Amino acid sequence: MVAVLLVIWQITASVGQLGAVPTPVEVARALLAIFASGAVWEPLGTTLAGWAISLVLAVVVGIVVGFPLGTSRLAYRLSVFTLDFLRTIPALVLVPLVVLLYGSGLESTILLAFLGAVWAVIMQTIYGARDVDPTALQTFMSFRVRRWDTVKFLLVPTALPYIATGVRLAAAICVLVTISAQVVIPAGGLGEQILTAQLGGAVPSMYAYIFLCGALGVGANAAFGKLEGRALAWHPSHRKVSA
Amino acid sequence: MQATKTPVLEAVNISKSYGEKQVLADVSFSAGEGEFVCIVGPSGTGKTTLLRTLSALGTANSGEVRVNGMAITRPPAEVSVVFQDYSRSLMPWMRVGKNIELPLRRYKLSPAERTTRVTEALRDVGLEHAKDLYPWEMSGGMQQRVAIARSLAYRPQVLIMDEPFASVDAQTRADLEDLMLDIRARLGVTIVLVTHDIEEAVYLGDKVIVLSGRPASVSATVDVPLGRTRDQISTKSRPDYLELRAKIHAMIMQSPSSVSG
Repeated sequence: MVAVLLVIWQITASVGQLGAVPTPVEVARALLAIFASGAVWEPLGTTLAGWAISLVLAVVVGIVVGFPLGTSRLAYRLSVFTLDFLRTIPALVLVPLVVLLYGSGLESTILLAFLGAVWAVIMQTIYGARDVDPTALQTFMSFRVRRWDTVKFLLVPTALPYIATGVRLAAAICVLVTISAQVVIPAGGLGEQILTAQLGGAVPSMYAYIFLCGALGVGANAAFGKLEGRALAWHPSHRKVSA
Repeated sequence: MQATKTPVLEAVNISKSYGEKQVLADVSFSAGEGEFVCIVGPSGTGKTTLLRTLSALGTANSGEVRVNGMAITRPPAEVSVVFQDYSRSLMPWMRVGKNIELPLRRYKLSPAERTTRVTEALRDVGLEHAKDLYPWEMSGGMQQRVAIARSLAYRPQVLIMDEPFASVDAQTRADLEDLMLDIRARLGVTIVLVTHDIEEAVYLGDKVIVLSGRPASVSATVDVPLGRTRDQISTKSRPDYLELRAKIHAMIMQSPSSVSG
């Protein structure tokens, strides 16, 4: 499939039917060049750092905020409107505000990516904490299981698959928002390289950077998928045996 | 039966309504030490409500539940519940051994004692080698055995069972019924089993409490003088067994306001 697409791309681009789009061979050459010259490492590092820090923040804050909202019906009802309102604001509309406050450094992309991703973790944590099975809860109550043990052995394991989904979503959102913010602000990293390459007319290397961004997203998703499979081996979607 | 002793579990004039709708009206019965009591009634007669009240997982509007003569308001250490739905009652993220250990965590037991209790409980239900399996790697009947083992490891005086064999096939059901008779005989635990199955109630019980009507009340308490040793084939073909079964069936059918199914 990928090979077929590449061949079609190569043919149409070389007969000049795609306007400014270079052929895959040219893009691959540009990709090799940015690695060979070492130009890629600094922006890649910036993007990865921004991505990782914003993701960790989103996950930690999301879980800490989500659990109490999920376990208390009252807290959930009081906050559901605010949550729905805030999470539908696209992170990038906050660019002007964030730049005003924090300038065009790493902090700004971290804050924007965090603001884009934290809602996914909060919502998934809420769903997870609300999904505790009534029979399981009655079982815990009838055995007089202590409060902390109930959290550890019932609430957290119930919420974990939901949280895992939230983390995977957040990881993807953080990649997207980090790079977009780097293009728009511009704020260093792969995003700014895309912009610079475009402004400098280095179209193949622009595509090389775009390709790298895609690879980053795919890599993040695969890594989290693998981690999830390991942590949730008991979950029906990851079981190796079924009764 | 030990009629003179204080009953281990006693329900005294339990009434319960959900809003306008009264579900239980003045339900009273008692279970003595080592007694096997079956509560039988058609679906929708408030059996589950009664069970929740008996285990103090729900509260009654009036009346009280006593354990060894003391009124209870919270789930007591002397009572353990085996739920119908083992797939929800066992935690899929814990191996069998950990599931059984869960209720023991609140007690100060040495790791060795804990292990001993788990091993003994598994042996009691005939699953010596299942400790490291996950519940979902086992058949339904085996999972319910694990749930029973978990209750036994907790060492209750009373085992309350809510339609425990309703989700397994007929052969497994017969095996589990005999397992419960065997456990009662060996461990002397009092068992209160709620079921809609008259045949099961008469086969297992020393006493059958017949619930009927809306709201449900005890329409009869029937002693089952079939002795303590029972057999799926010979007991079930005894004339007195068949007679009791027919009698209870008639009682439930006659009850004007009850609807079965």
